[in-house]
Amino acid sequence: MGYTLTRSEFDQVLEGLSEKYRLYAPVLKKGQGRFTDTDVVIYDFVYSSSEIEFEKKSDYSFKEILTPLSQTLFFFTENVIKEADIDDSEAIVFLRSCDMHALKRLDQIYLHNGSHVDSFYKKIRDKLHFVLIGCTSSFQDCFCVSMGTNRTEDGYLFSVNFVDGRYDVDLKDASLEELFADSGAAAGDVTAAYVTENEVEVHVPEEIPNSVIGSDLWKEYDKRCVACGRCNLVCPTCSCFTMQDAYYTDNGKVGERRRVGASCMIDGYSTVAGGGEYRKKHGERMRFKTLHKISDFRKRYGYDMCVGCGRCDDVCPEYISFSNIINKVDAAVKEGEQ
Amino acid sequence: MSMTNRNPYISFPSEILDVIKHTEKEYTFRMAFQGDVKPGQFFEVSIPKFGEAPISVSGIEEGVSVDLTIRRVGRVTNMVFEHMKGESLLMRGPYGNGFDLDLYRDGEVIVVAGGTGVSPVRGVVEALSLTEDAADKHVIVGFRSPDDMLFRKDLANWEERLDLWLTVDGAPEGYEGKVGLVTKFIPEIELKDVSSARAIVVGPPAMMRFSVMGLLEKGFKEENIWVSQERKMCCGLGICGHCRVGDKYICLDGPVFNYTESKDMID
Repeated sequence: MGYTLTRSEFDQVLEGLSEKYRLYAPVLKKGQGRFTDTDVVIYDFVYSSSEIEFEKKSDYSFKEILTPLSQTLFFFTENVIKEADIDDSEAIVFLRSCDMHALKRLDQIYLHNGSHVDSFYKKIRDKLHFVLIGCTSSFQDCFCVSMGTNRTEDGYLFSVNFVDGRYDVDLKDASLEELFADSGAAAGDVTAAYVTENEVEVHVPEEIPNSVIGSDLWKEYDKRCVACGRCNLVCPTCSCFTMQDAYYTDNGKVGERRRVGASCMIDGYSTVAGGGEYRKKHGERMRFKTLHKISDFRKRYGYDMCVGCGRCDDVCPEYISFSNIINKVDAAVKEGEQ
Repeated sequence: MSMTNRNPYISFPSEILDVIKHTEKEYTFRMAFQGDVKPGQFFEVSIPKFGEAPISVSGIEEGVSVDLTIRRVGRVTNMVFEHMKGESLLMRGPYGNGFDLDLYRDGEVIVVAGGTGVSPVRGVVEALSLTEDAADKHVIVGFRSPDDMLFRKDLANWEERLDLWLTVDGAPEGYEGKVGLVTKFIPEIELKDVSSARAIVVGPPAMMRFSVMGLLEKGFKEENIWVSQERKMCCGLGICGHCRVGDKYICLDGPVFNYTESKDMID
């Protein structure tokens, strides 16, 4: 069911939704970017359409809603262990097609890898609903078309295209029909907007032989990559965490166990008890990350992990381009075949 | 094994039935765990406010206890060493695939284990020592020095029951046992039929690499070699990501791998 809404009509819908759900959406934070006088688009609570950034790619993905950078799992008080309360209020998240596809990857790891389900993740996940933001044009560094993540057909309440100040909605969830009708929205023929080409194209090889692991192409990143881990932080599919215990008081009787976001690019990721470490070179880490995103994950579950959002390219302080790396791998594979 | 509705991160308390001191830094904690468990599997031992550490099962008395041999190397294990017989430790598990004993019971087998790598195979070697053809079970165990030896009582028992090659990397003058890396003794073992013989290798990465090379040179088939891997792990559940190598998770798919799989696993 399609609708075309004015700003005030759309705000009325959001107001109605806010009664039952928390709304999370990309929000432009003026002057809060990584450099002086730059902006950043991150996820935050919203109540009205004016707060939602529809025209820029979010610099950080929605994933922190599901996998907070730091999440307390247990509280310890003397000998009592208490499972931490999780904020599992019903929520709606506004996101783009690439991120909808990333959600599937996060679910894969947290819910469907092996026989254990991550109960902390599941509690939040069960209460999340989604609104698809249609992409009317491609952004810098996006390569979703190559990764096949430019379209999303289901898994959301409705899609919204922001075009010429209008909000064009394709409603999927029939239970919201009344809310839209009450807003006075005009019926219209709407489908979720999606891009069919990006400026950046990649070709992911069907099979990447182990010989690529030893390729010289990774050496470039031994020095160039500074192992800051920003790429992992902004990636909507990076899901690793490290457990961290702490105690607060000087008597040591009260503390907590939390998990914090981990990065395979940063020192210590692979360090075992006693100090042994794998992948000391940054180039090796780059190879480990890259092959997970475009090969190892696929070997395990049948589809690629990378969704082509290009955020890692946007954020890299050394201007390393991940899409470029994919194409270098492709070239190395082709060269090996000859 | 479906555990969908419970929190997989919750540990249970288990009583310490005994503490066996091997060296200054290595103790075995005998835990009153009575559930199903296999040699080669591991538990996450938890010390609230300090952390968790994956510890492999070094012995099993079915329905009575499991042994955890722990090396004191960090924040968590330091705290574990503060615990005494009669107290409890929190743990969760067992995790991992463990060794399938049926694969090694019959015929000729070589086990190569180095240092704390003896822990995960201790249960296997014990089982092998009780087989009818125990003389065909060859076990090479290496430690850094005579002072670093673990499981002395077991070593003495194995010495009597199977073909044990106990060696140390280095020893003070006057030491009467074998001296040399475990790899030195692989060629010396005489087998009746190398094409059907099986092998298990567990130890530090370099030791495993060279031991496998030695076995292959000896004529072992790749599919007849198994290794047990060790990596950083934070969850044991296949979620935290630290132990992933290629498309494998050591905690879920391992830690025991057939060499045909592990040879393609590059960190």
